[in-house]
Amino acid sequence: MIKKHLSGVKVAHRKNTEDSPAVQMPIPDRVTLPMLQNMGAPCKVLVKVGDEVKVGQVIGDTDEFLSAPIHASVSGKVTSVHEIVIATGVRCPAVTIESDKLQTVHESVSKPVINSREDVIKAMRASGLVGLGGAGFPTHIKYSPKNPETVDTLVVNAAECEPYITSDFRTMMDETSYLVKGIDTLINYFGFKQVVIGIEDNKPRAIEKLNKEFASNSKVKIVTLRSKYPQGAEKVLVYETTGRVVKEGRLPADAGVIVSNVTTITVFAKYLETGMPLVSRTVTVDGGAIAQPKNVVAPLGTSFKDIFEFCGGYKSQPAKILMGGPMMGIPVYSDEETLVKNNNAILAFNEQENKKFFETPCIRCGRCVRACPFDLMPRAIEMAFLNEQVDTLKELKANLCMECGCCSYVCPAKRQLVITNKLAKKMLREKAN
Amino acid sequence: MNNKLTVSPSPHIRDNATTASIMLDVVIALIPAIIMSVYVFGMRAALIIAVCVASSVAFEFIFNRLVGKPCTIGDLSAVVTGVILALNLPVTLPLWMAIFGCAVAIIVAKGLFGGIGANFANPAILARVVMLVSFAKPMTEWLIPSMTNGSSLNISELVSGATPLALAAEGSLDKMPSYAQMAIGTIGGSLGETSAIALALGGTYLIARRVITATTPIVFLGTVGIMTALLGHDPILHLLTGGLFLGAIFMATDYSTSPLSEMGKVIFGLGCGIITVVIRLYGSYPEGVSFAILIMNILTPHIDRLTKTKPFGGVKA
Repeated sequence: MIKKHLSGVKVAHRKNTEDSPAVQMPIPDRVTLPMLQNMGAPCKVLVKVGDEVKVGQVIGDTDEFLSAPIHASVSGKVTSVHEIVIATGVRCPAVTIESDKLQTVHESVSKPVINSREDVIKAMRASGLVGLGGAGFPTHIKYSPKNPETVDTLVVNAAECEPYITSDFRTMMDETSYLVKGIDTLINYFGFKQVVIGIEDNKPRAIEKLNKEFASNSKVKIVTLRSKYPQGAEKVLVYETTGRVVKEGRLPADAGVIVSNVTTITVFAKYLETGMPLVSRTVTVDGGAIAQPKNVVAPLGTSFKDIFEFCGGYKSQPAKILMGGPMMGIPVYSDEETLVKNNNAILAFNEQENKKFFETPCIRCGRCVRACPFDLMPRAIEMAFLNEQVDTLKELKANLCMECGCCSYVCPAKRQLVITNKLAKKMLREKAN
Repeated sequence: MNNKLTVSPSPHIRDNATTASIMLDVVIALIPAIIMSVYVFGMRAALIIAVCVASSVAFEFIFNRLVGKPCTIGDLSAVVTGVILALNLPVTLPLWMAIFGCAVAIIVAKGLFGGIGANFANPAILARVVMLVSFAKPMTEWLIPSMTNGSSLNISELVSGATPLALAAEGSLDKMPSYAQMAIGTIGGSLGETSAIALALGGTYLIARRVITATTPIVFLGTVGIMTALLGHDPILHLLTGGLFLGAIFMATDYSTSPLSEMGKVIFGLGCGIITVVIRLYGSYPEGVSFAILIMNILTPHIDRLTKTKPFGGVKA
């Protein structure tokens, strides 16, 4: 039975910052840039303590396939190269630069020359771009599918389905001309037959504006999505906008689709004009502990503390700080954590918002099954995991879980179904053979 | 910043519904039936309900204490079991029997099998069936309500008589109450089974609050209606009486003991309906709802296995 829509959950939008166009914050005294800011492999540090660096200079790169270079976001002096543990719990090297506040631009920064698809892909890598919507998948890899001739559709992810986050919305409203240029370039060089921009219906202004902007381009279609989390999840978005199903173990390209975040495309168009790689980004700063929630443009590597200070500081003690939205965001250990490429929001929750949940026995209400966008059975997966039934986990397709959090969100017994599913996937990987 | 930050797995926000809030919704949905039971059968109905709720909660508390489990009376599930069991009892039942029934429901059916969510059969149904077998006579003594003594605790003022289904089975159609009486509930029967209207009102509330889906009740009721009509019996009589509404709305939809998927609920409802009609028309008991649900409770794990969901984009291994 083919369903018209995939399931999900209705969450309070809390788009408090939607009327706040992004403001550039002052250059911080220092930035710390982790060498892992993308899905895939970390970069090797190319500078040493004492080096003078300039904005846009490559300070980290690698020969690994799934990675993207990292550039200095401020000009100044490298004061430390050390190992850190980033929010995801992974160890990687990091470079700290003491800023001279001059923001001197590096000589290598120049407008790229684009004449072919290969040039575009090269430029994507040189720009250091990764998916800015949260996943951080290196952009140049995404645009180099194994079967480029079968890819006919570009799906632009402008769903922004996580509560609080408005950085994509502001990009659409404030930098529309770059978005138009970016999409034009991608159509020209990749030969997309159609471009579908998926936007949740809680952003009517963006839908109206983009409809007007793209009225003359018959290849571009704006699709209004129901506001039902997680519309912005890749496979969900592809299905809801094109009706195509990305099969288990396959990539969207296998369904003839490339999915790109709306801000990623906009930032790429800017890069094509200026040659300035990804050294800063727009980030939504919100949460009950923040005095003045707003959208901020900050250099990568700026500490959350500095960003919060620019937002009027804490109005109450923060109890939980999230990198990303409340549904899939990663909690950080301290406000010394720094801004990375795929970090679209920073939320500082106060004590009231930091609700603690205690697990009680499952009452088999079936809400997790009804909420799962992929029709998995989270409770059955939990049982199979606790009993270490690897075959059952395989049968239940625990591997398909995208960890969107709908099951945990709806569970009246407050069971930690997502984390159990993560562990179940790990068990599957380890014991599959 | 000098305080420690919480680091916990996502999602960091949760829906407001809790086990207790769901159980509270069920209690709210039962209020029309409770009111009707007192209206029809008098204050002794209220007394039986109160005794059942109090003893169910007490048994749960004592059982948790004895086996060293965390106290779970706060989730209100024992309250729900108490009310539903009470609504399944005749108003004339001695109180000690009602208390015994609660012990069976809470300790045997629920506690010994692992508590909420782990019971294989609906506690109230299992208790009712045990009581029906143990106290065959007091459990089947029905009173035809006399509307004049609504507030009386003196049960002798009520006139005893048979339920409509028993009348139909005997063939004494001349004593049969009207359809309107059956719908409102001024007929013989257990406390909560007589008023189809009050029960349907509660069911509508549960569906509107998304506590249950309409699938099981509709399939269950539909099967009974269609099957009795096809077999040449009065479908309206069979729908409105014999605890069918109480069973279909409040007992066949019990989370622990009914299938998870909508397809499973269709099979479950169908099975309940067929067994109910077969028992009523061909068995020696005039009523079959409890037995039907109990049998389908036992089949639930198998139905669940047959009706697994098909994951989106899943490929056969």
